[in-house]
Amino acid sequence: MITRVGNWIGKHLMLTLGILVLLYMYIPNFIVALMSFNDSSESRNLYQFQSFTWDNWLNPCAPQGMCESLRVSISIGLLATLVATIIGTLAAFALVRHRFEGRSTMNLVLFLPMATPEIVMGSSLLALFVAAGFGGQLGFWTVLIAHIMFCISFVVVTVRSRLAGLDSNLEKAASDLYANEWQTFWRITFPLVFPGILSAALLAFSLSFDDFIITNLNSGTTVTFPMFVWGAAQRGVPMQVNVIGTLMFLLALGIVIGGEVLSRRRAKGKAVTL
Amino acid sequence: MSLADQARGDLKLTGLHKRYPNGFVAVESLDLVIPQGSFFALLGPSGCGKTTTLRMVAGLEEATKGTIHIGDQDITDAKPYKRPVNTVFQNYALFPHLTIAENVAFGPKRRGAKDPAQEVKEILALTELTEQANKKPTQLSGGQQQRVALARAIINRPDVLLLDEPLGALDLKLRRAMQIELKRIQEEVGLTFVHVTHDQEEAMTMADTVAVMNKGRIEQMGAPYDLYTNPQTTFVANFLGRSNLIKGTVVGREGSGADAVVKVDMHGTIATIKASKVHTDSDHGWVGIRPEKVLIQPEGQAIDAPGAALSGAVVVDASYIGVSTDYTLRMPWGQEITCFEQNTGRRGGLIPVGTKVDVSWRPEFAFLLDSAQDAEAGLEED
Repeated sequence: MITRVGNWIGKHLMLTLGILVLLYMYIPNFIVALMSFNDSSESRNLYQFQSFTWDNWLNPCAPQGMCESLRVSISIGLLATLVATIIGTLAAFALVRHRFEGRSTMNLVLFLPMATPEIVMGSSLLALFVAAGFGGQLGFWTVLIAHIMFCISFVVVTVRSRLAGLDSNLEKAASDLYANEWQTFWRITFPLVFPGILSAALLAFSLSFDDFIITNLNSGTTVTFPMFVWGAAQRGVPMQVNVIGTLMFLLALGIVIGGEVLSRRRAKGKAVTL
Repeated sequence: MSLADQARGDLKLTGLHKRYPNGFVAVESLDLVIPQGSFFALLGPSGCGKTTTLRMVAGLEEATKGTIHIGDQDITDAKPYKRPVNTVFQNYALFPHLTIAENVAFGPKRRGAKDPAQEVKEILALTELTEQANKKPTQLSGGQQQRVALARAIINRPDVLLLDEPLGALDLKLRRAMQIELKRIQEEVGLTFVHVTHDQEEAMTMADTVAVMNKGRIEQMGAPYDLYTNPQTTFVANFLGRSNLIKGTVVGREGSGADAVVKVDMHGTIATIKASKVHTDSDHGWVGIRPEKVLIQPEGQAIDAPGAALSGAVVVDASYIGVSTDYTLRMPWGQEITCFEQNTGRRGGLIPVGTKVDVSWRPEFAFLLDSAQDAEAGLEED
């Protein structure tokens, strides 16, 4: 029996390894989902599954301040994503399409924030805000400014790689076919670069939503969701955090699957099978 | 679909010049008139300026000097999308996110055509793409993509259609089929086609007029037959087909008018060349003869050509290629010349390597080029 299992593993080594890696990656998500149904009210030990309950899902906002912190995080995330995506996309176009003095310096400068440790960036920003006289106004806006700043780099890198892979003859062909600059951009360039912009925006949102170190240093009295979880973890994380975690995971899963289905349908040619 | 009544005109390039910022002159003061409705080929090796010329006409490249006219209209500085010119790009440049029908409808929609859907239907039928209308470019074969690129351009009935090495990406068999297809479509729609290519066979098959370009200038221009039978430079003689170039000295001129001939001494043998095929004023020149015009016979046997024969040649290689045999002959003065002989069966076999042969040709096929020119010009580098 044991040899048979051994044989099977030997024959399917790649598959076995793949399954192990996937398990490694997804067990935490599974635990989070499981714990969201945990009834923790009777026990002191919050990290052990006691009994099944719908309570956490029915009253997700029960822990004081949690939903407020979630609202703050989502607002900052959406705003930072919007601004960083616009600025970053424009910067990516400039870097790919135009040859100007200082272009390679610009590339480096945009890359640096990605390589800088967050703790360094966070404390530098704090020093800057305080030195500029905003020490008393730390909060929503200072966090937003910080998030936009580090998101831009990621947007530029993502959009730039998409744009670099775009055949510039397509735009020439469009202008050859009577499309002016505006029409060429909206009908050819934008639709083709859009997947890159979309993934840049998703990346920016999750970076912003997730950020703790920079946020914690620059938030004043404002509390974001990661800060709430961190604070709550000192006493024991409320089970509702798992509800939010599961929802976020499902949302990400939905976006990825939706995107995949859409691109497959697009590649097939929409009316072929009709 | 009638367009004969529309006001169009010849494409006229006057003193067209392109100098890149790095100093490279791609096109040098080009003067060219391409008559309306003709199939014109710009033929040359890569880097000769043919594609740059095309891009200047399309408006994708700015001219440094000179003007471009279509009829009386000056389009030198017009934006690409304001020119009555369309391009079939080398890699087709089909829009990957649009269907074939949408790709083809792109031009008519931008121009505000009345019934784009009907136009698209007609043009897809003409290019035999009706079945593919709702597919995406990546689902099509190379030949089909090529036809989409063509359909997308000709649907706009441009005054001038530019084709930039349009068949370069296709395999040989498909390329031959598409050459005939392109020619048919051109005759059907009657547009001016300007075709850029480095493939001399392609240019000769399709075009009414071929301009051979080299180093930013036109070396020679004319009907394929004239270019082939009467090349004026060593570059044309070598680039368009192959040529044997034998050093000679002019020893006399006889006759007048259409019968005028020039006598040339080639290593002791006198060749007669029609004056209309003499392209040098000096006393020295290259006597040119196409390999298939070269006649050979084993030493001493009669050759079906009037005049003197060169004797003392030795067969150093005989390559049998079915319809014909390629012979390489070493001449007494050391030069190797090539002879293509049709395998009519008359000879009843190949002439073995090592055989001594006499060489001659009909005098009307020979031409004389300037000896100052490089005999190797236009040969493909390996």
